[in-house]
Amino acid sequence: MSAETPSIAACPACVALPDKGKLLPKLDPSEVAMRRVELSLPTVHCAACISAVERQLANRPDVFGARVNLTLKRVSITAADSADIESELIAELDRLGYPAKPLDSAVLAKAEGDKAGRDLLARLGVAGFAMMNVMLLSISVWAGAEGYTRDLMHWISAAIALPAVAFSGFPFYKSAWGALRRGRLNMDVPISLAILLASAVSLFETMEGGDHAYFDAALSLTFFLLIGRYLDYQTRATARSAASELAALEVQKARRITEDGEEEVPLDALREGDILAVAAGERLPADGVVTWGDSELDPSMLTGETLPQAVSEGAVVRAGMLNISGPLKIRAEGLGEDTLLKQITRLVETAETTRNKYTSLAEKAANIYAPAVHILSLLAFLGWGFATGDWRLAINIAAAVLIITCPCALGLAVPAVLAAASGRLFAQGVLLKDGVSLERLAEIDTVVFDKTGTLTTGKPALVNADDLPAEARDIAAALAQHSAHPLSKAIAHRFASDLTIENITEHPGFGTSGRLNGEEVRLGRADWCGAEPARQTAVWLRVGNQPPRAFLFEDEIRPEAAETVAALKAAGLKVQLLSGDVPQAAEAMAKAAGIEHWQAGASPAEKVDALNALAAEGHKVLMVGDGLNDAAALAAAQVSMSPASAVDASRSSADMIIISNDLSEVANAHRIAVASKKRIIENFTIAAVYNMISVPLALAGFATPLMAALAMSASSITVSLNSMRIGRMK
Amino acid sequence: MNILAVLIPISLILGGIGLFAFFWSVKNSQFDDPKGNAERILSDRFDDDPDGK
Repeated sequence: MSAETPSIAACPACVALPDKGKLLPKLDPSEVAMRRVELSLPTVHCAACISAVERQLANRPDVFGARVNLTLKRVSITAADSADIESELIAELDRLGYPAKPLDSAVLAKAEGDKAGRDLLARLGVAGFAMMNVMLLSISVWAGAEGYTRDLMHWISAAIALPAVAFSGFPFYKSAWGALRRGRLNMDVPISLAILLASAVSLFETMEGGDHAYFDAALSLTFFLLIGRYLDYQTRATARSAASELAALEVQKARRITEDGEEEVPLDALREGDILAVAAGERLPADGVVTWGDSELDPSMLTGETLPQAVSEGAVVRAGMLNISGPLKIRAEGLGEDTLLKQITRLVETAETTRNKYTSLAEKAANIYAPAVHILSLLAFLGWGFATGDWRLAINIAAAVLIITCPCALGLAVPAVLAAASGRLFAQGVLLKDGVSLERLAEIDTVVFDKTGTLTTGKPALVNADDLPAEARDIAAALAQHSAHPLSKAIAHRFASDLTIENITEHPGFGTSGRLNGEEVRLGRADWCGAEPARQTAVWLRVGNQPPRAFLFEDEIRPEAAETVAALKAAGLKVQLLSGDVPQAAEAMAKAAGIEHWQAGASPAEKVDALNALAAEGHKVLMVGDGLNDAAALAAAQVSMSPASAVDASRSSADMIIISNDLSEVANAHRIAVASKKRIIENFTIAAVYNMISVPLALAGFATPLMAALAMSASSITVSLNSMRIGRMK
Repeated sequence: MNILAVLIPISLILGGIGLFAFFWSVKNSQFDDPKGNAERILSDRFDDDPDGK
């Protein structure tokens, strides 16, 4: 949060030009090489944030321009090129209170090309312009203009409408042609046919001096449908941009040690026998054997177990484990098909191919609707043609039927709801990768949670604070302040201490030591402090020769977990826990969260089996998980979610990502999904009711261009308004 | 009815100016950050680079 004080200056220019005296002189832009740096700023949210960030960056002598994009939560900076400009800017923003993350420019460049969006917007603009003008001209015809005046109006309308229809309707023609070439019908076939037939019939009528021209209908059809198309595009573009940002955030690289020092290499360039450096806090890039160093590894992302494993030279380690305490060197081994990572990737792929194809509501509607419209209009054409022998009247009526039935409201029914719902979810911190997953989420009857990192925070919390004497807490806190180990951080965060300890030294992989009143004090691993290892995560404190004391830790349950489970149960869903951890831990967690069904010790393959078994019983399952061991299960479930803290593999196989890391969004998203599905069905019903009234009229030959215009606008507006109610839902 | 010969071209030209302005604003990335634009108006800082280039 920024604490910017509003300035009193009345002249905006005085505010714009910061006080020159305080500033370092800017570098001369013509003399240095420039570079664009893109950073992700997940916490910017208001006008004050924007000015704080932009002003702070602009004050640097080596920054020539900075612009925050609040929609994408990014800042784009033009700065003088230097080797570590990116990390300097990140540090600068961190100091300001905005954690920034670098974005990979290669991934971004792919996501950037928003040409398609602008193209659609331009077509929409042309259709809107032409529709308004033709509508104005049509009003005089509806009002009763006759003879020469009417023909003049029709000719001017034709001159505006024909080029506009050709340009604006292009996306529909292209998609319809693509479907027809493959011998299929999609929603765009009746749309294109209606637009083209209406234009052609109207042109013919204009030339013959006829009564009815449908130019305005053809244009408003194009206009309303383009709105639906644009909403649809926007929904997917926002999701894509945010998803590629996540992909760009974690470009995992390995640091290989060669004769000339260290070099960063991409994972697929690793060879068997490479020696890799892994600093504390990093994930192991490959399976291998430790060749140097002592440390503890956190396997929770891999297996769900939270107890850290102590490793030293010769230990076999797995890719994906988190190195907690000391630097390690490992020799990469078994990079082929048998690494755990590859096995999990294979499981994910199988699960994805066996996941049955979901037919979305829009597809279902199109499947019934497209053939029905064509048959109706063909029947009207043949019926009127044979009955009256007047084929000009027959084709007029066929065109009227096509226009009136045309899925204006149907084209908006789904995209308008999905745009409103995904916008709403994005604002609450849930990223939807694809609109259809919202429909799948609406159908679930069971929720399966992973334990570590999903129901729990994945961060250790001290559990026996009350059993420890005040003196021990003070010493421990004083020692812990100087260590970056996650357990030390948890202690330092919990207790404040103003004790002065001398000679504080960190022993990577073991702990921290120092001298207090002439005695040695140690905070660290059990064997290093002379204690028996505990059955749970613990750090030990030894003061002089006194017996060591244990600080016990447990993976803390998320504060909102129990509430979320209760909310899901209240919504009529079954909740289960599926963990890779030991049974005791799983059972305790299930109890704390209020879950009756739990299964522990599940391997990645067993998790998939458990989900398939549920699916075979006819359950539709939402899987929520974050670990590497959940990736395959996430892909196998009907629909899946991952917190943003999840590993790469999980995030890429989950359908939704909880960016805010707040578990209660699971229940929230489900509620919004159910409401969205209800709205979509309501929209289809509204559109069907309009059709039921207007189609018989059109078939009977009573439809006029005025009626078509009214029905189309009325149904589109009702459907849009109904969709927007999602955004206002409590 | 001769007035139509004047009014219709005028309405088309006015509409055309609107359309051109819309194209221009799309091209100048004014639709790229709708949320930011909504918030920036609250800032008392003069926005000397509104098209975000």
